[in-house]
Amino acid sequence: MKLKSILAIALLAMTAATGTLADTTKVGFVYVGPVGDGGWTYEHDKGREAVVAAFGDKVETMYVESVPEGPDAERVMTDMALKGADLIFTTSFGYMDQTINVAAKFPNVKFEHATGYKQSDNVSVYSARFYEGRAVQGHIAGHMTKSNIVGYIGSFPIPEVIRGINAAYIHAKAVNPDVQFKIIWAYTWFDPTKEADAAKVLIEQGADVVLQHTDSTAPQAAAQAAGNVITFGQASDMAAYGPKPRVSSIIDNWGPYYIARTQAVMDGTWASTSTWDGIGAGMVGIGEITSAVPADVKASAEALRDSLADGSYHAFTGPLNKQDGSVWLKAGETAADYAGPEGLAEMGFYLEGLDSEVPN
Amino acid sequence: MDLSAISPTLLVASLMVAATPILLAAIGELVVEKSGVLNLGVEGMMIMGAISGFAAAVLTGSPMVGFLCAALGGAALSIIFAILTQYFLSNQVATGLALTLFGLGLSAMLGQSYVGIKPPVSAKLELPLISDIPVMGPILFSHDFTVYAALTLVAGVWWFLKYTRGGLILRAVGESHDAAHALGYKVVRVRILAIMFGGACAGLGGAALSLVRVPQWTEGMTAGSGWIALAIVVFASWKPARVLLGAYLFGGVAVLQLNLQAAGVSIPVEYLSMSPYLITIIVLVVMSANRSKLVLNAPAALGRVFHASR
Repeated sequence: MKLKSILAIALLAMTAATGTLADTTKVGFVYVGPVGDGGWTYEHDKGREAVVAAFGDKVETMYVESVPEGPDAERVMTDMALKGADLIFTTSFGYMDQTINVAAKFPNVKFEHATGYKQSDNVSVYSARFYEGRAVQGHIAGHMTKSNIVGYIGSFPIPEVIRGINAAYIHAKAVNPDVQFKIIWAYTWFDPTKEADAAKVLIEQGADVVLQHTDSTAPQAAAQAAGNVITFGQASDMAAYGPKPRVSSIIDNWGPYYIARTQAVMDGTWASTSTWDGIGAGMVGIGEITSAVPADVKASAEALRDSLADGSYHAFTGPLNKQDGSVWLKAGETAADYAGPEGLAEMGFYLEGLDSEVPN
Repeated sequence: MDLSAISPTLLVASLMVAATPILLAAIGELVVEKSGVLNLGVEGMMIMGAISGFAAAVLTGSPMVGFLCAALGGAALSIIFAILTQYFLSNQVATGLALTLFGLGLSAMLGQSYVGIKPPVSAKLELPLISDIPVMGPILFSHDFTVYAALTLVAGVWWFLKYTRGGLILRAVGESHDAAHALGYKVVRVRILAIMFGGACAGLGGAALSLVRVPQWTEGMTAGSGWIALAIVVFASWKPARVLLGAYLFGGVAVLQLNLQAAGVSIPVEYLSMSPYLITIIVLVVMSANRSKLVLNAPAALGRVFHASR
């Protein structure tokens, strides 16, 4: 645990003990990476700052960064609950079971788990439809690749990541039938060394577009060093690497959701919900498409973005077959969110055309 | 599966880059162990080098100043070890472990404000024509300076240990500190210098990671490289040329693992990820199976405490 966060929590504990701030709402955040990762955790922390900005003195926030997914997360959450948190956001898929466990021990504390699927009376789940952003990335990638090889750095083979790969692939293939995806699983959300190595290997094997579903900017740096390679910012804008290699990005925008949920706790109207918003609701943003992308590609990518936003187009629209050739969606059919293994929420299969296998 | 996508030339070139941090740390540790000191703090010294080099490079905008400060940072941490083990005669194993834990913690604290920052780019060697020669060009003539520095250092250490008087004294101290002391050599001084050299090398290795290979700072970014460096020294049976071989082997497995994945080879990744460590264990087992050889190679006074009164 970082010294700063320890001090922050100690300070909060002391002020809480004096009882002067009894009417404030305390909101805790559990982060999987450092707040300075420039990606996933950075955006969650911006959401926390938005809560502070919106409520000022009426709210106190606390956070712990770089919490490993596993038993240690349970300790951190318990600690926050004991320090009087009214609402706790646990911001990584791997905190799912820990959140449920701790929530059972503290029925009066509200929990919000990001990207998971287990709910209870005091545990809500929320996620963003990142796959809509992946569709836009795939569209640009298919147009931009000259080698017809797109590299993809996966974190863990979980539905969220597999959905992203599928969405990017089918939209790349729609504009470039020869496109091939090379996928490396890093088995981490945040490890710049591994991410950089993976990006380098993909580039060496001919990829001139690198997509990442890991949180650091290391793949951007590797692409920049390699020269003629384009990338997309992940979770955050990563604009420091534009206009090239970073040509666009998926930006997670948690602020409005965090503010709304904090408000609900203050008003006593909080209820366990499942939220899954996309580009339309503003939870997923598409970062500016830079000058490295030709104007016509930029225009068609923005048209795709807008059609996803207004709901006139679904990123998974049939006809789509699974990797083994069996029919997943018939022509015109769109994917359901919740339909067991066939639904988006639990998607565990690749679509037709991807040539590697989903690891177990 | 498409193995033809893996270019052997690029594979060799990238394994040289991937191996450089552990090569630098291992060659430093070899000198330390040759002087009869076992410093298990390599990981701690590496990460101190990584953050001090990164911070200095960001603050001054010069990668070279960064590397210099990385060497100083690693050496500074090793001085703590030197004082504790050489003057206060503390247990080397325990002190070395403590040094690793201390280095990891201290570097995390120092690095708080450096997470997510872009360091200045360290220049690559770009020789017109020569860098473009097929096969040889990418492998030999297109790296950044750390790759060449590491190779030079290995050659230098080999030459120093084999052909110089200083190298002979260092080895004498490592084989029998009592005899060396009786001959009038300053055992403690020789060892402190060796420890500082090891610290500086480990620091450079750390900076090669944070300034060249990644390049970025993250808490705990060495992720076990220091321990691999220690294993390589044993694997190499304390011979500089074999350290080079060992480091490239380890670097090679790490890079090949990713290459196979990208080429779609359906070997579970876990096997590939643990293969460098498995190879370490196998090599250690094979080596220690032949006791006579192991004893021949290990410095006889390795890890033993020296005091002039004994």
